[in-house]
Amino acid sequence: MMAREKKAKAIDSKGKARTGAAIFRQTLEAEGVDTIFGYPGGVVLPIFDELYESLDKFVLTRHEQGAAHAADGYARSTGKVGVVLATSGPGACNLITGLATAHMDSIPVVAFTGQVKTTLIGNDAFQEADVTGISRSVTKYNILVKDVKDLARVMHEAFHVARTGRPGPVLVDIPFDVSMAELNGEPDEQIRLPGYKPQLTGNPRQIKAAAEALNASKRPVIYVGGGVILANASKLLRELASKANVPVTTTLLGLGALDQDSELSLDMLGMHGTAYANYAVQDCDLLLAVGARFEDRVTGNLAEFAPKAKIVHIDVDPSSISKNVKVDIPVVGDAGNILEALVKLAEHKGRKAWFEQIAKWKKQYPMGYDRKSSKIKPQYVVEQICEATKGQAIVTTGVGQHQMWTAQFYKWKFPRQIISSGGLGTMGFGLPAANGAQRGNPGKVVIDVDGDGSFCMTMQELITSVNYSLPVKVMIMNNGYLGMVRQWQELFFGKRYSATKIKSPDFAALARGFGATGMVVQDRSEVREAIEQSLATEGPVVVDFHVDPEENVWPMVPAGKSLHEMKMGPLA
Amino acid sequence: MRHIISALVQNEPGVLAHVAGMFAARGFNIDSLVVGETESPEQSRMTIVVRGDDRVLEQVRKQLAKVVAVIKVRDFSGVAHVERDLMLVRLSVPAERRGPVLDLINIFRGRVVDVSPKSILVQLTGPEDKIEAFIECCRPYGIKELARTGVIAMTRGAKEKE
Repeated sequence: MMAREKKAKAIDSKGKARTGAAIFRQTLEAEGVDTIFGYPGGVVLPIFDELYESLDKFVLTRHEQGAAHAADGYARSTGKVGVVLATSGPGACNLITGLATAHMDSIPVVAFTGQVKTTLIGNDAFQEADVTGISRSVTKYNILVKDVKDLARVMHEAFHVARTGRPGPVLVDIPFDVSMAELNGEPDEQIRLPGYKPQLTGNPRQIKAAAEALNASKRPVIYVGGGVILANASKLLRELASKANVPVTTTLLGLGALDQDSELSLDMLGMHGTAYANYAVQDCDLLLAVGARFEDRVTGNLAEFAPKAKIVHIDVDPSSISKNVKVDIPVVGDAGNILEALVKLAEHKGRKAWFEQIAKWKKQYPMGYDRKSSKIKPQYVVEQICEATKGQAIVTTGVGQHQMWTAQFYKWKFPRQIISSGGLGTMGFGLPAANGAQRGNPGKVVIDVDGDGSFCMTMQELITSVNYSLPVKVMIMNNGYLGMVRQWQELFFGKRYSATKIKSPDFAALARGFGATGMVVQDRSEVREAIEQSLATEGPVVVDFHVDPEENVWPMVPAGKSLHEMKMGPLA
Repeated sequence: MRHIISALVQNEPGVLAHVAGMFAARGFNIDSLVVGETESPEQSRMTIVVRGDDRVLEQVRKQLAKVVAVIKVRDFSGVAHVERDLMLVRLSVPAERRGPVLDLINIFRGRVVDVSPKSILVQLTGPEDKIEAFIECCRPYGIKELARTGVIAMTRGAKEKE
């Protein structure tokens, strides 16, 4: 990712002094920012005043968490840096869940927060919070600007750090007096980060070792994480897989790196991955991990993860290497650069026995559910959404069972198609992220597959969808439970459904109250029609699907077990 | 195993909090952490004594290097180096019993930097084990107060290429 060439001019042609707020606006322009999500407040008044002339770039959410998730959804779906702006104290605190979500999934977001006057900092002033302190562990970098002369430089640094290396959220805290202060003379805009040098090119010897291991392998698997998507390296990944003839499994965040219609696709691995992906990983002799971090939801019991495999790990973050599993061949650098080199060195191998074994697993353990049930099975709804959108929608999710069913039953075709909180598992992510994704992709169909629990966490953002004519389609898998927790209670806590039975509002009526369209589906036969109708409806729509309340997500690797010890549930 | 890690960092507000926060968040155990300006006012050096096996230490080094304000990280394990800790210790020894204590201070090449009728204040520098040996030797005389800087370290020989 290239540093911006264009720089803001903090002084106009007449040499007039500019305020910090003006520098703020101009620096955003220089960074090419076309959308800001946020919420105003006391100490950001000078900045909002400066934005008055360009409000078409601003999206007012109804809660700062919604703004942070929207910026995240915008970033994930467009590949650009998401920008969010909030006031001090409570405004900034409300961003934290959103920043932590972006941090865990390495999403480039820059958050600007107002701060009380520098002279009041530390005095427990009105709406004061130690925001750089609070956000330190959920951002890649954060900084409090104490002098207006540093503002432009720090902002450029924030964008640079957010989008390069392993991307992530950056927070810039701007005190009221800094945005009010006038700067005489040219602002300092030169990025100065002596400690920040992401390693982008892979070591050629390591790349060669990786290629040799791949070429020598009889039962290889490529394991793809979100890093491939963040690096815009999906095309190269596809090239490598097809040239070397290697099956590919992905994490939740890696979905879409490979078209799932491909013969090489093993689909998702891990706790709720496919049996054929998990068995392949457990049996492979070479695991080539790209932009993935061996998270516990993916590996299951680490001691028995991929026990027969030599492990190659390609990652831009050196601290990801050998953090969870011992890596045999580490290659640190940008996934795109390294995959490009690997494609050149890879040889095509038949691997007939391996593909026959995989075909056997696919035949024996296909993904499925009770297709004959008279109830509305949530998996059926997801399949119908996929068909009705021809597999071309951008799909966001909340977190829980509906998220896993979406990951399992939508056929992912392209990168940046699924927008889901993987690492942090943030309920309430779906709707605001859909708003952000829709804003960044005006012509595309954006669907939020949500849960009745998740949706309730941030449903106020429906008014943002309505206000900004963001025609997101919310499909609620309403099962009357906090389903994933209920599933664990059913399986591991003797069906004691402690605090997981929930009563929801009439979502359709609620949607109408917001000025959106609301629909309820209680019969299986109405599912497809309702989806079609929602897609044909202008503006945001909420469809409340009353699904089978006690349906479970299968297969499942119980926590702490190994991937091959997965339970198939009623599928087996 | 005990490791001395040295981190060259940007001399900016919040860097110490960032590094200390990272150690706490990742569950690394710090024995001591020392920060001071270097020859350049724009840079500070942090010297951190941390315990853990090789895997933990590899993570410590990498996570430290990942902090944006950290410029360079090095681990002194297996490298010829000099390490020093500075201690001030107040011993409660009345004037008539000072003789043996002063001998002890001489043996350890310490210095008496303040005296009062009932106590003396001793300054001692050296590697941690020397300081700790001195503390043990002093205990019978009564330690009233003790403060240590924690370890700073540097490699032996010419400055290595950065």
